[in-house]
Amino acid sequence: MKSVGATSYLKKNTMLIALVAVIIFFSIVTQGKILYAQNINNLISQNGYVFVLASGMLLCILTGGNIDLAVGSVVCFTGGIGAVMMQAKMPTFLAVLVMLAVGLAIGMFQGFWIAWVSVPPFIATLAGMYAFRGLANVVLGGYAVGINDTAFLNVFGGGADCYIPDFLNGKNLNMTCLVVGIIGTLIFVIMTLRGIAVNKKKGIVGSSTTSTVVKMVIIAALILWITYKLSQYKGIPTVLIWIAVVLLVYGYITTNTAIGRYFYAVGGNEKATRLSGVNTKKVYFIAYANMGLLAGLAGILTVARASSAQPTYGQGYEMDAIASCFIGGASAYGGVGKITGVIIGAALMGIINQGMSIMGISTNYQRAVKGIVLLVAVLVDVLSKKEKA
Amino acid sequence: MAKILLEMKNITKTFPGVKALDNVNLKVEEGEIHALVGENGAGKSTLMNVLSGIYPYGTYEGDIIYNGETCKFSTIKDSESRGIVIIHQELALVPEMTIGENMYLGNERGSKAKIDWVTTYSEADKYLKMVGLTESSKVLVKEIGTGKQQLVEIAKALAKNAKLLILDEPTSSLNEEDSRALLDLMLGFKKQGMTMIIITHKLNEVSYVADKITVVRDGSTIETIDNAGHDIDEDRIIKGMVGREITNRFPKREGVKIGDVNLEVSGWTVRHPLYPERTVVNNVSINVRKGEVVGIYGLMGAGRTELAMSIFGQSYGILTGGTLKLNGQEVRLKKSPTDAIKHKIAYVTEDRKGNGLILSQSIKVNTSLANLDSISNKTVIDKDREYQVAEEYRVKLKTKTPSVEQLVGNLSGGNQQKVLLAKWMFAEPEVLILDEPTRGIDVGAKYEIYCIINDLAAEGKSVIMISSELPEVLAMSDRIYIMNASRIVGEMKASEATQENIMAAILKSGRGD
Repeated sequence: MKSVGATSYLKKNTMLIALVAVIIFFSIVTQGKILYAQNINNLISQNGYVFVLASGMLLCILTGGNIDLAVGSVVCFTGGIGAVMMQAKMPTFLAVLVMLAVGLAIGMFQGFWIAWVSVPPFIATLAGMYAFRGLANVVLGGYAVGINDTAFLNVFGGGADCYIPDFLNGKNLNMTCLVVGIIGTLIFVIMTLRGIAVNKKKGIVGSSTTSTVVKMVIIAALILWITYKLSQYKGIPTVLIWIAVVLLVYGYITTNTAIGRYFYAVGGNEKATRLSGVNTKKVYFIAYANMGLLAGLAGILTVARASSAQPTYGQGYEMDAIASCFIGGASAYGGVGKITGVIIGAALMGIINQGMSIMGISTNYQRAVKGIVLLVAVLVDVLSKKEKA
Repeated sequence: MAKILLEMKNITKTFPGVKALDNVNLKVEEGEIHALVGENGAGKSTLMNVLSGIYPYGTYEGDIIYNGETCKFSTIKDSESRGIVIIHQELALVPEMTIGENMYLGNERGSKAKIDWVTTYSEADKYLKMVGLTESSKVLVKEIGTGKQQLVEIAKALAKNAKLLILDEPTSSLNEEDSRALLDLMLGFKKQGMTMIIITHKLNEVSYVADKITVVRDGSTIETIDNAGHDIDEDRIIKGMVGREITNRFPKREGVKIGDVNLEVSGWTVRHPLYPERTVVNNVSINVRKGEVVGIYGLMGAGRTELAMSIFGQSYGILTGGTLKLNGQEVRLKKSPTDAIKHKIAYVTEDRKGNGLILSQSIKVNTSLANLDSISNKTVIDKDREYQVAEEYRVKLKTKTPSVEQLVGNLSGGNQQKVLLAKWMFAEPEVLILDEPTRGIDVGAKYEIYCIINDLAAEGKSVIMISSELPEVLAMSDRIYIMNASRIVGEMKASEATQENIMAAILKSGRGD
């Protein structure tokens, strides 16, 4: 009996286990360098855009394995517009608002063709990928545009001071960061335990309590450890706030809201969903409109992090987002996938990149490894499903 | 005694956790038509898959002796090279290719580097003639009807030099006329010495064409019945299939008061969504009262599903005429199922996997899908309430499952049908249109579905039950409409209806065309 429980537990959490294994692997081969506070800080700052884009991409993929190829170009385009506006000394909040609005408008534009004219998403967004890359070049005049709006940089994770100040004046450690980490962990633990209690009361025979507790302990430990490491450095990078907000919001949307349910339903069986009285066109539209909005946010984070906008920014971002979703267990046919999976997928790719960079492996090899990781992750998924059948 | 062409001896096939075939024996004589009958999941298709090499030698136990030799097929190609050709239930034709290309797909004439199109098309034409098709083999498959596509499948099999032809439910998507033509074609082949195995659910067809009938139940062969006189009683076959005399296949509905007219359509006319020149529902007028079960009987292709779906918020076709009244009030539904659901109409599809359920989601999610509004504030779902609702219906409909968190894809057909019914009952409709509610589920589950229908009527709901099973329509309905060739061709009280006068109504209307 016990062994059956253990194997099913392993299967369900393959990627979480892989993540832990990869962390251990790189801590050994980099002699612990990857665990330095600064490296963890960099890991988060460098990969902020992946978490944001992958959250939106998950919704598109859920609707039936549909992807948005345009996000990289949209990141560049919106970022470029913002940079130009700030260079012209326009108010920061206006620039931010315009970047988000342009992203949303592009998403709605693409969503319109996909939802109401039935243009295949691959083609509609491939068109967007070309068009907005070109337009980004036009906006930037082909040059890099620097950003020195410090308010913007501080809030969105660029420059030297993009950290939450330590209100509690810790000496060696950033106390604010630690406190936030502890409170966050407590909330997480309480919510999980409450969930278990509720399930028990209702007599739901779901995943076993032990496996949930084990998972909870691992995740709680990770949160605590990360915040502890960050407090050793400069505290909470502002970009982490944005990542956390996006993940929490989309985690909630996908699990608790009606529209979230519809993304899964449409991907699972579009016809059945339509015949159940759901406006499926609207569901596609919302998925892509939302993707545009998040691409706008990712554009903000990207140009803030670099303190400039360049015509080459955002290249390949769409693939990072897509890969994170699939590594995180989303189905290429739609209807299956979770935000927690996205977190694991994005983190796994980020850590592999970072680890190899520290080891001094060239980016070309890094890409090759990324490709293999994606293939292996999906392979594990496919094979484990085959066994079941 | 004629020569035994095929003998399958003590075949046992196990899937992880299930014994699909248990010591099955089958003997087929040369030149006969042998029918294989049994309930869904009895193991008929598995047996044929073993024979054709889809389940290769080594994955099953037992022997296949064909033409006096023990065969060890490891692929379909192996069995086909020996002349055993299987025609599957789902047509396996590529719509965008010509008939000739389809017939020689994977079996191309000429060399690997260059296909010999002249031979391809001339040979294809020859085989088409043999099955009675006059179309040129250069016509695209998508341009011919389903009945003719089925014939192309047979021509394709002939082109492979079939000696033993296996037909898996060949008439399941054909209308009465095409079915009869196909059966006669089989009889013609028999005269020429061909051996055939037919798998079918239609017992009248079995009695018409089969020389011998082998009954399969729960993975075992029960008996082989001789039908040389083509006069076997259908009840005799059913007895073998279900293992007992069925005395009470339909629960009685008693003391249900029939109230006012709840839904009424008149002059309802619908055209085909892609070919607007084709009328699929022609000037249909029907009504259903509160607490009443109205049957719509008709053959496949009569326009029954089209009628139902067009009433359900025009989810099929183009509505060109007709009015819809609910409780005596004329209502114009918008072109969306949402509006129909709002007006308390539910359509329970015949195609539960394709149009009804999300197999990758749980029972809970499927149950609540059509009425999420009632367990949410339109944005956030009350998950506790959702769980309670799903539990409630699981208990009420006796769905067999460890929990409502179970994925629907893991359930049996009968239980899936119950989840589908639960979903639409939870949408709280006043009118339920049930399209083939018992298709493809076993006798026991059928009985339970009939009980649910009776309960719905007792609650004062109006039920329209579409079915192509006459006994079911006769036993379950208060009133019956007969539909043929997109028209209502008869209406009668159940008490006055018999198999004979229903078929007579259809035949009479057929003559009028």
